[in-house]
Amino acid sequence: MSYIIPKESYNGKVLSVDFGKGNNALTVGGGNCLPFLSFEGELPHPPVIAYEIQDTVPEDWPDTVKNIYKDVSANPVTWAQYCQNELKAKALALRLVSTHPDRENRSTEDVAKIIKEVLAAIEVPLIILGSNHIEKDASVLVAAAEAASGSNCIIGKAQEGNYKTIVAAALAHNHKLIAMSELDINLAKQLNILITQMGFAKEKLITDPMCSALGYGLEYTYSVMERIRLAGLLQNDATMQPPILGDVGMYVWKVKETVASESDVPEWGTLEERGIAWEALTATGMLIAGTNLLIMRHPKAVKITEQTINELI
Amino acid sequence: MIIIGEKISVIAKKVREAMNARDPKPIQELAYAQWKAGAHFIDVNTGPAEEKGEELMQWMVESIQEKVQAPLCLDTTNASALEAGLKAHNNKWGMPLINSTSNDPERFIMLELAAKYNSNIIALTVGKGGLPADAEERCGLAAEIMARAAEFGVPLENIFLDPLILQVCTTQDQAMHSIKAIKMFQELNDPPMKTVVGLSNISNGVPKNMRGLIDRVYLTLLMYEGLTAAIMNPLDKELMDTLKTTDVFLGKTLYAHSYLEM
Repeated sequence: MSYIIPKESYNGKVLSVDFGKGNNALTVGGGNCLPFLSFEGELPHPPVIAYEIQDTVPEDWPDTVKNIYKDVSANPVTWAQYCQNELKAKALALRLVSTHPDRENRSTEDVAKIIKEVLAAIEVPLIILGSNHIEKDASVLVAAAEAASGSNCIIGKAQEGNYKTIVAAALAHNHKLIAMSELDINLAKQLNILITQMGFAKEKLITDPMCSALGYGLEYTYSVMERIRLAGLLQNDATMQPPILGDVGMYVWKVKETVASESDVPEWGTLEERGIAWEALTATGMLIAGTNLLIMRHPKAVKITEQTINELI
Repeated sequence: MIIIGEKISVIAKKVREAMNARDPKPIQELAYAQWKAGAHFIDVNTGPAEEKGEELMQWMVESIQEKVQAPLCLDTTNASALEAGLKAHNNKWGMPLINSTSNDPERFIMLELAAKYNSNIIALTVGKGGLPADAEERCGLAAEIMARAAEFGVPLENIFLDPLILQVCTTQDQAMHSIKAIKMFQELNDPPMKTVVGLSNISNGVPKNMRGLIDRVYLTLLMYEGLTAAIMNPLDKELMDTLKTTDVFLGKTLYAHSYLEM
């Protein structure tokens, strides 16, 4: 008797979300089976990796990743162009860290100017992220959405404490939106419901259940992401069908495995290799859990992860 | 859980008048409201429909599906009227559901129609010899109907076994027999047999102000045993809230504070 592969059947489908304009526009999601199980369904759009750039020199990044960008990171425009032209980035994620009140506390006027300059200098799709300060993001992301009007960006992150103004701005300027909750599956669902109840289409949402680095709670992130996918696919829960974001780089490049020097822990091997492996492995875990869009920092980690994606699809 | 909206019935005066006058609007509105409230099937009960039954059922099916993109549950004892409904049914939104066959040879024609039109069918576990006494007798009848269905070429996955809910106010012990039958029916096949009830039968004859409560509690008990579908009123918000809450407890819906609004 020949072996028949057991197949799961699914009732739901991950929503497709596109961002960017013209030939460089990208689409994520759209699959009707669990990640990479293409023998069970259709997975029309492979996961996308966006390079993270910032609006200020990334002083808090470890040298391994900071030095790669040392000649371009003084200006977000040159940094963006470097990623697009030299590293062949398919998408960029601009994090407006300098707007944080504890950093440079930059104004919304500055934000608008930076966004316009970056958008004018690149062709690939752009994700615009705040500094993760609830109150400040509410004004920063509104200004960013307006400055990027018509560019079909993804903006975020809208959270329980600030989603109303950010949703309204994304709606007014026709952007996609990241809804973020902190490792709480029920809150992730609730936030999606609240946002759609404001008239924002679920087809324009991306859900970020919060990332974590390998060794620092990755299994919690993994479980939440997996549960979101199962609710969306098996239970056809329409509130749990947006694509998932994994904001990997910011969680990886601060843990001791990516920072501790070779002289401190010689048994851990080369610092650079260690950091790259940490980011690539964390990203791969997220992909298996169901992530459709990743934000990463180290070009080599991006290449390894892209290779993994290509081998699995 | 599969919800079969029960409101379009010849028993309701407003519906009966619209049927007689061939006035589609009240029927379409009622069908649409049930669909929007979460009904997966709309029951179309034209009763015995002896006179012009075929034409009436065809008109009902076409009128409703003009406004509602859902399959219908065709509910009449008149087999030729039922066939007219199956012919008119738009299967684009799902297979229809025949309501119903049983172990009474007079109702086997319905199995024939289910095979011919590739329809789902409700099988009432009653025979010619009166009402079943307990869950075991219901299972015996179910097994006989399943064998009969195989003869007619109706796949088991198209059958919804109905234990026949009886009113609690006169036959109290039957309430638990039916619940037990829901559990036992599923064990008659692998994958498990599908099950259905006419929910409001349980509260027939009790004072009107208590009917909602009785329906709600009984639905929860049935769902706990794995009920697949219920013929019920999706416009009853308290009943729908009970259903949604039970689905949360059973892990079929992910909890969120606003789950009742979904």
